[in-house]
Amino acid sequence: MSPARKIMKDGLWTNNPIFVQVLGICSTLAVTNNLRNTLIMVLGVTFATAMGSWTLSLLKDLIPRKVRMIVQVLVLSFYVIIIDILLRAYQPAISKQLGPYVGLIITNCILMGRAEAFAAANKPGASFIDGIANGLGYGWVLVCIAVIREFFGFGSFFGIKFMGEGFTPWTIMVMAPSAFFLVAMALWAANTYKAKAEAKKKGTK
Amino acid sequence: MNAPNVGLLSLFLASILTSNILLANFLGTCSFISISKDFKSSMGLGIAVTMVIGLCSAICWAVLYFVIKPLGIEYLSFIIFIIVIAGVVQMLEMIIDRFSPSLYMALGIFLPLITVNCAVLGVILFMQIRNYNFVQAVVFGFGSGAGWWLSIMLLASIRTKLDKNNAIPAGLKGTGITLITIGFMAMAFIGFSGMIAVQ
Repeated sequence: MSPARKIMKDGLWTNNPIFVQVLGICSTLAVTNNLRNTLIMVLGVTFATAMGSWTLSLLKDLIPRKVRMIVQVLVLSFYVIIIDILLRAYQPAISKQLGPYVGLIITNCILMGRAEAFAAANKPGASFIDGIANGLGYGWVLVCIAVIREFFGFGSFFGIKFMGEGFTPWTIMVMAPSAFFLVAMALWAANTYKAKAEAKKKGTK
Repeated sequence: MNAPNVGLLSLFLASILTSNILLANFLGTCSFISISKDFKSSMGLGIAVTMVIGLCSAICWAVLYFVIKPLGIEYLSFIIFIIVIAGVVQMLEMIIDRFSPSLYMALGIFLPLITVNCAVLGVILFMQIRNYNFVQAVVFGFGSGAGWWLSIMLLASIRTKLDKNNAIPAGLKGTGITLITIGFMAMAFIGFSGMIAVQ
């Protein structure tokens, strides 16, 4: 496997930010009751992680160790500000709905986690790919959760209602607890699948 | 600049119970899950987070209304808030180290982590969006901190029992069952919502 593909696979599955590292669910989980908002947040996180990792990897030899944390946060918040301004300019309605959560991408642990764990020791190009891989690895899990929550909570998909009049929305799916339950379910499924795959590997050897 | 018309006591109770920063808004989940394994550390982190959120919301309110708004640099507010948080955390670290070395030893490792705790920035951004006045901002800050503290203590006490349970499926152990527990806690906290409605 080429290095780029290995990094992609790591981020999307082997070392998935949600399943393995359990990072960064704070700021984005809150918007998963609506698929469109989730997609926008996920794209934002991916962009910020990739660009942030790339920049920090370029700068890594110039940053004194003592002020490393604060420099990382500042670089990341710079990219988040770009996202915020773009959203405000082109999608004011969504920007209003997301409220504080766009700004909270700054403190999303994935950004800092990748900057610290990968970008600090790797070349800019590889860090960029790693950022994208982690953002997407985190994104696909959240998108799955958002599909389930929006489907049962509102009876719709991307805001398009397709359940008949007789459908009673599950209020719990719109509220906070369901997100915790669904992440736990996803984690359970992933762990079980991994354990089985591992057992199979051992069996064939 | 119209401050919302809410009583201070109900704002305080609401930020602890009904709109708990963690259980209703998902903020500060990362450190919440990793630290709640241990009861003592949860206590330390809870105290530290409460102090930092309270102080930061007061300082950021002042910065927002006396510096950012008059200068018209709202687009820089994220960066400024982060710098304030980092500064407060650093200062608190030095003060605690100077006056209470034993508390410093207990909190030591957690203090720097608070800078990137989403709950702190989250409270400040909520305060900005909801146009709270100064007193409301401080009450909301300490209330949210206390809410976070309460929920991490509850979860830590549940987890000390939970980790000894062998009936949990292997794939669900650790983080999985913790998330489900948090979900149930969130449901319990929603039960308070008939009591106070402040948003």
